[in-house]
Amino acid sequence: MRSPFRTGWLGAAMLFPAVLFIAALVGVPFLLAILYSVSDVKVASDEMRFVGLRNFADVLATPAFRTALRNSFLFTVLSQLLVLAGATTLALALREAFRTRGLLRFLILLPWIAPISLGSIGWKWLLDSIYSVFNWFLMRLHLVESPPMWLGEPALAIASVVLVHAWRMLPFATVVLLAGLTSIPRDIPEAAAVDGAGFWRTHFQITLPMIRPIVTVAVLFGVIFTFTDMTVVYILTRGGPYDTTQVLPSLAFLTGILGGDLGAGAAISLFLFPVLLVVAYAMLRVARRSIVT
Amino acid sequence: MPVIETRGLTKRFPGSARPAVDGVDIQSRDGEFLVLLGPSGSGKTTVLRMIAGLEEPTSGEIRIGGVLVNGLTPRERRIAMVFQSYALYPHLTVYKNIAFPLKAQGVPRSEHAAKVAWAASIFGIEGLLDRRPRELSGGERQRVALARALVREPKLFLLDEPLSNLDAKLRATAREELKKFQRRIGTTTVYVTHDQVEAMALGNRVVVMDQGRVRQTGTPTEVYDDPADTFVATFLGSPPMNLIDDGRVTIGFRPEHFRPADAAAPGALRTPFRVDNVEYLGADRLLHGELGGRFAGRTAFSRLASHVAAPRVGDTLDFVVEEGRVRFFDAASGERRESGAGATG
Repeated sequence: MRSPFRTGWLGAAMLFPAVLFIAALVGVPFLLAILYSVSDVKVASDEMRFVGLRNFADVLATPAFRTALRNSFLFTVLSQLLVLAGATTLALALREAFRTRGLLRFLILLPWIAPISLGSIGWKWLLDSIYSVFNWFLMRLHLVESPPMWLGEPALAIASVVLVHAWRMLPFATVVLLAGLTSIPRDIPEAAAVDGAGFWRTHFQITLPMIRPIVTVAVLFGVIFTFTDMTVVYILTRGGPYDTTQVLPSLAFLTGILGGDLGAGAAISLFLFPVLLVVAYAMLRVARRSIVT
Repeated sequence: MPVIETRGLTKRFPGSARPAVDGVDIQSRDGEFLVLLGPSGSGKTTVLRMIAGLEEPTSGEIRIGGVLVNGLTPRERRIAMVFQSYALYPHLTVYKNIAFPLKAQGVPRSEHAAKVAWAASIFGIEGLLDRRPRELSGGERQRVALARALVREPKLFLLDEPLSNLDAKLRATAREELKKFQRRIGTTTVYVTHDQVEAMALGNRVVVMDQGRVRQTGTPTEVYDDPADTFVATFLGSPPMNLIDDGRVTIGFRPEHFRPADAAAPGALRTPFRVDNVEYLGADRLLHGELGGRFAGRTAFSRLASHVAAPRVGDTLDFVVEEGRVRFFDAASGERRESGAGATG
């Protein structure tokens, strides 16, 4: 008697839960988003009509959308630059052996473990117009005349959001870079030192290029997490003041769910897709290349 | 003026009981090939790393070309070093690897190509300049590492076991090439190895180290023929020098000087020798056996050329040590002494 579980069937059976999971949680919403984006569906409406690309044309025409599109890129790029500089510095420092290294590594990893909503609420208080600790210090040290409105002035609000994003991705990037640095044999920077290279040359021409694949992974992760995140903006500013800190995910949520215009919300969120596609492709490339070498 | 000189060089790593390097004095002569030889843990690599500036001495002085370099960075010492692992930069081509020291030391870019070509030609790696280190064989990597060290024409070469990652066959040719190259370039070289064959073949002089101290410094002939103590006597030579306990004195002689008695050559020391084992090694035969007479119970090796008729296992016959080949050591300290006077029996 032949077993009903031949290799092919068994493989398919074991893959099935994962496929179902991805189809239900990623595939269906994605297809729904495409469907909604070309329809006039509203929250609580029970019929919908095909409207072609009208939703896309409408959202493109609103200033809020253009700001959100710009912000999504701006916040991602700025915060990732900050993360790169900060994580490199921290990783270099934490590579050295010193007494409290273990404790420091743990403390630096903490923001990564904490839920992003909780962290954002913490920051909301730190940056609050009345209760801000930063303002308290700035006033006491007589560095400012009047307390800055961190979340109330467009430029400061943008800076605050970027900073919180950077704070959130910093631990992960630091740990990844630290792992990369540790994998470099001690001989290599020593050879560079004997060859006459100073700190900067060793860092930029030897160390960083050697850990580039792993830095790329850290940056790609950071891009995805930051680009698709709406929690930070939603909690800190709700996109304000006057939509100046709106990003695509938060605008999609506000328009589609809170505003009830599902079609327009879906159209906005689909603008995330090309960027995520590029990042996913880059990640696969990096993964494949690191297998080859 | 010595190119490199250390005085009382000492390195104590935190948490270790004895210093890794303990009062080492080394002087190299201009153009000399100086070999630091010792077992692992003897401190030879630490000495090299302190000369390079990669390790800070606990005490003592290092002078390069008469200038005190303690506290100077590796960059400021202007030396070249080849690491055991070669430490090639994996993301750079061979050309860029070799050009890196030129860039780092601010040599004008227009001179790079000619200098790299020159260094590459010396090691016959002109055809590899576009490759990356991972595409090279072990022997090729070693040449690239040497070319990278040579390209800036340093006044001092430091080599840390550069042949130990090569297979045995390649090692012999690489050794010969290294010697030829050093003779041609004439740059003072300090070479660290645990391999006595490399040390003897390459060194103008050999510094034998053990447990952080210099046991003896001398030409290969001096350290082999006139070892300063029983450590040097047994570290060099394979099999090592026979050491025969004789009261307050230890008698030493090399296996190749211990041969069957011959009426024509009376020999300096005569003893019965019972052959327990014979190994045929091609060119030689290695005999192991027990001494008789006043040395009864002590064992020794004898190395005889294969074309000489050899005693068979179980034979007992009179062996002699050739005239002028017996060495004496103090039994307590192990240090060399001039005569066997004071020995018992």
